[in-house]
Amino acid sequence: MLAEVGHFTLILAFTIASFQMVIGLLPLFLTNNIHPLIIKTTTRAAILQAIMLFFSFSALLILFANSDFSLHIIYSHSHSQKPLFYKLAATWGNHEGSILLFVLIISLLGAALAAFGKKLEVKFASVTLSIQSMLAAAFTGFIIFTSNPFERLADIPLEGNNLNPLLQDWALAIHPPLLYFGYVGLSIPFSFAVAALLTAKVDEQWARWVRPWTLFAWSCLTGGIALGSYWAYYELGWGGFWFWDPVENASLMPWLAATALLHSAIVMEKRGALGSWTILLAIIAFGLSLLGTFIVRSGILTSVHAFAVDPARGLVILAILTFFMGGAFTLYALNASNIKRKGIFAPISREGALLLNNLLISVMLVTVFVGTLYPLLIDAIGANKISVGAPFFNQTFIPLGVPLLILLPLGAMINWKKADLLSAMRPLLWVFLLSFATMLFSLYISGHSGVLAWAAILLGIWLIYGAIWELLHSARFGQIEWHLALGRLIRLRAAKFAMMFAHMGIGIMVLGLAAMSAWRVENIQDMTVGDKMQIMGYELEFMTVENQLGSNYNAIVGNFMLSKNGKDLSLISTEKRRYLKRSSPTTEVGLYNSLFGQIYIAFGQLAENNRVQLRAYYNPLVVFIWLGPLLMMLGGFISLIDRKSRQVNLRKNRN
Amino acid sequence: MTRKQQRFIFVFVGIALLALAIGLILSAMQDGISFFKTPTEIVRQSLDSQKRLRLGGMVVKGSVKRQGKQLNFTITDYETELNISYMGVVPDLFKEGQGVVLEGYLDQNKQFNADLLLAKHDENYMPKEVADSMKNIPIKTMDEKK
Repeated sequence: MLAEVGHFTLILAFTIASFQMVIGLLPLFLTNNIHPLIIKTTTRAAILQAIMLFFSFSALLILFANSDFSLHIIYSHSHSQKPLFYKLAATWGNHEGSILLFVLIISLLGAALAAFGKKLEVKFASVTLSIQSMLAAAFTGFIIFTSNPFERLADIPLEGNNLNPLLQDWALAIHPPLLYFGYVGLSIPFSFAVAALLTAKVDEQWARWVRPWTLFAWSCLTGGIALGSYWAYYELGWGGFWFWDPVENASLMPWLAATALLHSAIVMEKRGALGSWTILLAIIAFGLSLLGTFIVRSGILTSVHAFAVDPARGLVILAILTFFMGGAFTLYALNASNIKRKGIFAPISREGALLLNNLLISVMLVTVFVGTLYPLLIDAIGANKISVGAPFFNQTFIPLGVPLLILLPLGAMINWKKADLLSAMRPLLWVFLLSFATMLFSLYISGHSGVLAWAAILLGIWLIYGAIWELLHSARFGQIEWHLALGRLIRLRAAKFAMMFAHMGIGIMVLGLAAMSAWRVENIQDMTVGDKMQIMGYELEFMTVENQLGSNYNAIVGNFMLSKNGKDLSLISTEKRRYLKRSSPTTEVGLYNSLFGQIYIAFGQLAENNRVQLRAYYNPLVVFIWLGPLLMMLGGFISLIDRKSRQVNLRKNRN
Repeated sequence: MTRKQQRFIFVFVGIALLALAIGLILSAMQDGISFFKTPTEIVRQSLDSQKRLRLGGMVVKGSVKRQGKQLNFTITDYETELNISYMGVVPDLFKEGQGVVLEGYLDQNKQFNADLLLAKHDENYMPKEVADSMKNIPIKTMDEKK
């Protein structure tokens, strides 16, 4: 019964979205006096549509929680003995359920816009909501006609097939929803951009509206990608964190576009310049989200991460992608020349710096795009089957990214309109010298070698100190007396701190990446109980091995005592798990954090005669790789809250 | 500064950066790319051993042997078999009778030395390239060989 309710509310949502999409466009053709009535209708439709999808998704969640194996996807992806948390997570661990979540988020964001977007112009708001519901209609239609999650089985099985064991993990349980908020979050800037083109509303105000939504999407995307990377690191059992795999690139591309959009929208908001470029970025960012969805779903590119692959359905997503991108680009081509050009600025200025940031990010995006899709092109013309690997991306992406990061602290603090480069550089010279001194100190303490690696470490420190200096500079340290500056610092807008966190996050990530690519230590050894292994001055002693029974798996657990200089530090364990109804084992790794690195142990293949293969790594600064993005995400959310509270204050002051 | 000058500078910088990116892409294409081959193609064609190859196939049952850190096994595209030697981390999903993707170099003895081994998260996985190349083989022989 519940399944039928879920299916029915899904169809209702589709109907409402289709209705809303038509009604919302009416203000383009009708006179002004009827607009309030239309916006009232579309607002209610947007909220009602979100409620219907919420019902539908909740129905599916409950069905998963109850392990109703009469539903095809529950039979295929769940098991009655699985912990409740993973039963719920299995709802989006499959194609049908995850697309339902995808469309729910489209709709929720549309409803949020309808509910909170009261300050938008009526005509603009109505058209934006219409575009948003057009997306909702396209994807609910896609679910109803090709991927019904509520499909019943003729014969009801007694037990389910269990969820892919690799997905039974907390990080991967929350990774998809977070990533989807990022992907789908970019649909709002897209709808804004299309509505701006349709209603000729491209100005500072538009940038002010679009920026918080971009910030939200970007923050979620940052967190989602980092979480996925962290999951790959400890769940796949070989300690890699980024493979330049098509599915990873599929998430990196919209992230790059969103990053560029965030920065160009600042220029548009503050100075009214770069209007048409910002609109274009908003369209491209969401286009890349859809492209990512298509790549992940269709299995068109060989990837180790692809789940729920179905080429025929991929084709429908490609059709949706073509429709929305084709439409948006056509509109852009027709209207771009009408966009007013404002805000002249000199090349050396904050605007110029942000534009350079945008150009560099865009060409980085181009290299990822080419590297990811080139094999498809080559295959399509029948020339050869090729694959593009990590060396390609390292040789293209990094050389373009490094100048961007070197210039970041400078660009972030020079003046608007026209800047004097020398006066901005003088204090930065001190920042650089301090960075260099810190680098030399670390070199002396750690004793590691490698010119390139230390150059990268210097870059990381430069970014961190640079970010702190940005903040101090805004408080006018060095220009006024220090206690006055301190007073200013405390009263600075939270957004300034947000920017510091975001830029500092990049620096911290660079430190982790540099240390990991240069100084990682690996040791592989066949061991039995009592054997010892040395790694980076640590000693691992194989203490015991035991069988453990989990709720829906059996595990072989190996316990190892980690010690240094004869002093016991911690007992860490690694497991081989074999889940019910699933034939392949999975590995659970053991971790130990020290101040500057992480010891990582994992069972390799279980060998004969009681010997196991143990792989141990010393991963220097590895945690920084995710700590950085975490700070960036935090920065994004702080900035969002700051904007919101400022708007509330403005309104209070006005009243 | 006029609007025209401003636009000229930015278009110029944009084009210069794009040219740089294309230059980087073209140079990275030299060794960042591996060519996909099936075992049949590898055995039949005389291949340049300098070229990095990507190879897909199914792991032959009973062929997997481990010697310390080195793993030896045979893969097949149901037409030709090829011996593989691999050093490195073996993913949990690597198993006899299942699909695998390898990257590495072929040596003079027609043995493939892989440095990258991919098995997919999905258990019912056959590498796409293998599935494609098997379209040409009659289904009957496939069943017999299974």
